[in-house]
Amino acid sequence: MSFIAKPNVSHPGMPKNSLGLSQRDYEGTVSTLCAGCGHDSVTAAIIQAVFELGIEPHMLAKMSGIGCSSKTPAYFVSQAHGFNSVHGRMPSVTTGANAANRDLTYIGVSGDGDSLSIGVGQFVHAIRRNLNMCYVIENNGVYGLTKGQFSASADIGSKPKKGQPNLQEPIDAVSTALSLGATYIARSFSGDKEQLVPLLKGALMHRGFALVDIVSPCVTFNDHEGSTKSYAHTRQFYHNVINMDYIPPREEIKAAYDDGEAMPIEMHDGSTIVLRKIDREYEPTSRAASFKYLRERFNAGEITTGLLYLDESRAEMHELMGNVDTPLTQLPLDELHPGKEELKKLQSRYR
Amino acid sequence: MATVNDVVIKIATVNGTGSASANGLLRKSIFRMGVPVVGKNYFPSNIQGLPTWYEIRVTGNGYQSRSNRVDVMVAMNAQTYAKDLAEVEPGGWLIYDSTWPRSTLLDRDDITVIGIPFSRLCNENFQGARARILMKNIAYVGAVAALLDIDLDVITALLEETFAAKAHLIDSNMQAIRLGYDYASENATCPLPMKVEAMDATADSIIIDGNTAAGLACMYAGATVGAWYPITPSTSLMDSFRDFCAKYRVDPETGKRTYCIIQAEDELAAIGMVLGAAWNGARSFTPTSGPGISLMSEFIGFAYYAEIPTVIFNVQRTGPSTGMPTRTQQCDLLSCAYASHGDTKHVLLFPADPGECFTMALDAFDKAERLQTPVMVMSDLDIGMNDWMIPELEWDENYVPDRGKVLSAEQLEEIEKFHRYLDVDGDGIPYRSLPGVHPKGSYFTRGSGHTKFGAYTEDSDAYQDVIDRLLVKWETARAILPKPAIRYSKFNTAAIISIGSSDGACIEALDRLEQQNVGLNYCRIRAFPFADEVAEFIEQHEVVYVVEQNRDGQLRTLLINDIDADQTKLVSLLHYNGMPINAGFVVESVLKEIAKGRAA
Repeated sequence: MSFIAKPNVSHPGMPKNSLGLSQRDYEGTVSTLCAGCGHDSVTAAIIQAVFELGIEPHMLAKMSGIGCSSKTPAYFVSQAHGFNSVHGRMPSVTTGANAANRDLTYIGVSGDGDSLSIGVGQFVHAIRRNLNMCYVIENNGVYGLTKGQFSASADIGSKPKKGQPNLQEPIDAVSTALSLGATYIARSFSGDKEQLVPLLKGALMHRGFALVDIVSPCVTFNDHEGSTKSYAHTRQFYHNVINMDYIPPREEIKAAYDDGEAMPIEMHDGSTIVLRKIDREYEPTSRAASFKYLRERFNAGEITTGLLYLDESRAEMHELMGNVDTPLTQLPLDELHPGKEELKKLQSRYR
Repeated sequence: MATVNDVVIKIATVNGTGSASANGLLRKSIFRMGVPVVGKNYFPSNIQGLPTWYEIRVTGNGYQSRSNRVDVMVAMNAQTYAKDLAEVEPGGWLIYDSTWPRSTLLDRDDITVIGIPFSRLCNENFQGARARILMKNIAYVGAVAALLDIDLDVITALLEETFAAKAHLIDSNMQAIRLGYDYASENATCPLPMKVEAMDATADSIIIDGNTAAGLACMYAGATVGAWYPITPSTSLMDSFRDFCAKYRVDPETGKRTYCIIQAEDELAAIGMVLGAAWNGARSFTPTSGPGISLMSEFIGFAYYAEIPTVIFNVQRTGPSTGMPTRTQQCDLLSCAYASHGDTKHVLLFPADPGECFTMALDAFDKAERLQTPVMVMSDLDIGMNDWMIPELEWDENYVPDRGKVLSAEQLEEIEKFHRYLDVDGDGIPYRSLPGVHPKGSYFTRGSGHTKFGAYTEDSDAYQDVIDRLLVKWETARAILPKPAIRYSKFNTAAIISIGSSDGACIEALDRLEQQNVGLNYCRIRAFPFADEVAEFIEQHEVVYVVEQNRDGQLRTLLINDIDADQTKLVSLLHYNGMPINAGFVVESVLKEIAKGRAA
């Protein structure tokens, strides 16, 4: 670990967002990850997405578990509250936090070990509840902090730096989420910021569970020849099927879209997501069709990316429960019970 | 032996046959006659078809614990007949269903066996298999009413209340009561010498179980997030919270809820949810039992180190491992006191009855927020699921919730810089801020090494600084937690210490020992870490009998560990077979020790 403090330099000329804040206001402490780590690129994309969306820093909650990926919430938006929990348990903490205060924007940063190995139980149940959060998996197929063991997302035949290739079936976060009814499912690559930033923006603004599974190579333990999560492999088999633009509320849709290709989808906060298919066969609003397509491309060795599935119609956790709109933390305690006389009255049944 | 209002009735049935409501009717009718009464349920870990017992202790002198004596056995279960017969006190009575003559019916010449053809009476008078089975239960209530001289008008009034909306059921139930009552009156000598007589000792009391009382308290405390995973015997606590919230926490206009109950995928998730909600400032809690505590341990350590208010109800059951899930013990004292890896220790509260489940549940939220740490309410199956008679619960209108040291937006605006883990006041409790309140309040919550400013650290001194400050907080906890209940009878050199549900048996035992000229002082501990008064109490005595319900003397170990109590003075009296402790056990154990030469 390094303990270098980040110099607080201001740049008067830097662009400002709707809150009058510059991108600098959304940065965090200096990353202590390895030079070239994919995760640092994801961090940069998150900073840009949150800055461009104009989210108030203190209204963002950064949640994580344990692992290299889970360290990264310290490296973005220092003015947001962070919760670096225990290994594989970020979803439950986020569930409780969201239950208590539904007004915050929740971003959870996890890894393939944290979400698909030790934490697979909590990952799937957060999806079932349609927890309103942006769930980022920085997926590199290995455990970095313990020096390179495979995680559950390692592909069959992928070679480790030392030892035997993986022979077990991988758990694919995207198809898992699709089978469980996640309402926003994207896959991207840490090396493609142009694709990643709009995907993160849509995920942050989506009401419900938004998964962004990002291939984010581990330069130290999984970037060699024979690895299926290396920069080289990902670039070679990367297959973008659908582009998306995120258009904030009240902003005019300027670009000209061909009716046959462009698909504008209005979101709950009034913003719009415009999908443009690159592969005309792809159907991002059909679970069955998406599943079939993804499986076929996976079998062909391709890494399908883009906003792969979107359903803006399903109720999220609070709506499913029928909870009040006010965050529960803002309800005065003395209004939450019926008082002295009622306590006396209700006990008649115990006589 | 002729007695008034001192009789134990035990009813042996098969679970899943609807006997619970009949037993409740019997217990309630005695209570309505103004006579103190308690009910205990001994049931299997099973849904239908296995033996179950309900024990009603008519206790004119108000003793709450199990008596370990059966005067009247209602033996409705042929499977357990032999065992039930053997259990009756000499001079007692046994009632059985004599519909089918039994050629080899076991008998005892020192008790009176009364045959009543319950099945035949009900088959002749009711239609349908289900009704016949249910009414057979009601019929034995009628028979017991005749034998013990229970007021039929009281029973009628209860049935009218219960079935106010279904009038036809009043008549059929009353008919069944009559069948049993009349048959017993005509064929046995009624009333028995042991009988029930109206008193005026229950006017300001209720009969309630601890889980119901605790769930009610959570609603009154303003808890908004409850996360849980179903586990016997804690499940009814969340049922209670849910029922009260459905009644009192739904906006009448919008129909929307001011509470969030989440059935988690497991206990690991349940406790994670509680932490997340508490971190955001909600009063949140989880009810569980021993196996749940084992699963929650990692997060409990996190809450201790990251200093997050956490309320856990541990309704203890018999361990180890799955153990006997429907039997009681006080067996998780050590696993809760020191839950999780590393140097951790946790605040425990020990309710002794449902009344304290109510007050301590409320206190748990206050103390968790004041101390910013996990607080565990150590109930058990006996308190949580049995029917106790307690003074009516009261709400103090002047109650002001203690939300602890939480900085408001205004306070954050004013301070120069917020540091999460600084001991500003010297009591070991830092100030905290809640997410979304003010930009200056932001900090990074972590279970990894951190400095007093809240930053990540691997620096030895900075790490130790925080860990040592937590010990200052521990001493603050010791000072503000509920004090022990101490009672000096006739001052002596020997005393009893107990906790929780062992209290009732100890209180009764102290009275009985007093009658034998053995006067012992008594201290019931109500919280861990132990108050200074506990240490002083032990110092005052030469011998202290530590009464608890586990095999290994866990309370004794805690006393030695936490306050360095002189272990040569501490004599364990341990009851751990899964049944609730009784006074007879305590009396006999003390007398045995005295016979061995211990001071008294």
